[in-house]
Amino acid sequence: MRAIAMSDEKQTDAADLNRREFFVKLGLGSLGIAAAGTVAFGYQFLSPNVLYEPSPIINAGRPESYPLDSVTLDVNSRIYIIHSKEGFFSLSAVCTHLGCLTVWKPDLGIIACPCHGSKFKQDGEKIEGPAPKPLPWKRVWLSDDGDLMVDRSTDIRPMEFVRV
Amino acid sequence: MAKPIPQYFDEVRETRVWRSIFRSGTGASTLHRALAIQQNVFLHLFSTKVRRRMLSFSATWYLGTLTFAAFLVLVATGVLLMLYYHPSVPQAYADTKDLQFVVSSGLFLRNLHRWSAHAMVFLVFAHMFKVFYRGAYRAPREFNWVIGIVLLLVTLLLSYTGYLLPWDQLAYWAITVGSNIASAVPVMGNKIHFLLLGGNAVNANALLRFYVLHCMILPLTAIFLIAIHFWRIRKDGGLYAHQSEPATLRAQAAPKEAR
Repeated sequence: MRAIAMSDEKQTDAADLNRREFFVKLGLGSLGIAAAGTVAFGYQFLSPNVLYEPSPIINAGRPESYPLDSVTLDVNSRIYIIHSKEGFFSLSAVCTHLGCLTVWKPDLGIIACPCHGSKFKQDGEKIEGPAPKPLPWKRVWLSDDGDLMVDRSTDIRPMEFVRV
Repeated sequence: MAKPIPQYFDEVRETRVWRSIFRSGTGASTLHRALAIQQNVFLHLFSTKVRRRMLSFSATWYLGTLTFAAFLVLVATGVLLMLYYHPSVPQAYADTKDLQFVVSSGLFLRNLHRWSAHAMVFLVFAHMFKVFYRGAYRAPREFNWVIGIVLLLVTLLLSYTGYLLPWDQLAYWAITVGSNIASAVPVMGNKIHFLLLGGNAVNANALLRFYVLHCMILPLTAIFLIAIHFWRIRKDGGLYAHQSEPATLRAQAAPKEAR
């Protein structure tokens, strides 16, 4: 080790060491840029640009098909359509803990998650369980044809009812 | 007059074809036996000579070897299962049922794959505890302990990614829950979740990604790390040695000399 160090010291005076240093830096710099490019390329490649996932907007059908004081779970779109005295609203049926599908228990009047036992009130408010947040309210409106529409991608503040 | 059987083996070893493959030559001398290990691409990872006592059952309970054996069974059965399994949403579950009920020996292979997977996870943990309580993680074997921890993670990831492939309710909800745990990572959690599943929900992309991870990326990673793990046994002074053994003392001194 010492012998190599000494020969390096000797070469410090030589004119071509600066050139060597320059090329080493140039080489390392290019490798760095190439590595950064690879990371960026890899990230872009791994993120799909087009998703063949179902549309977030759901046509929930005629409001008349939901009787007063009813909680209806749509398993496929993973939302509840709830017809309460104040009006219609929609809750996400996906548990805020780890994403399981919750279920409405009519005899207990609560929404319960089968995976880890979280419980929610009919308006989405958390009663107990590991879930960190209440079930979010989803935007609901009436289409021109009078159908109930739900946008699953848009959370709204609770207690915004749609009256028909 | 029939020749004794060992003589037939010797004759095969003398042939030109054999000699062209195994160059160490025939003979029972210590040199020949050492060369046979040293010149073999697989065996050269290991020491050419070991003390009989290091291979005693009580030193390791052979847990590392058993883990590797489980891994080999998993590779062999896994490759065969791949011949009947399509990683696509309409077919994955049907293929799994076909393997269960239609394919000859499919039930046996699938069950063997499943039980070996359970066994491997158990053996990896048992191996880790044995190494821990034996104190074999200490110098000069610290780095091999680290590789072992990474191999533990790879084993668990192999188990996890394989769990989705039957595409039944158990698989679907287990992966939904498991991937949502990844979104709990601060700042980049949702990005990791998105990249892992190739989308926002467990779907066709997620199934394909988990299949590629399970059948290509993770097994190759495991093989790569296992090779280093075995090679380092030799480099770190053998499988296990008593504290007073000269080789151990020399190996322990080695890092200090390099400083």
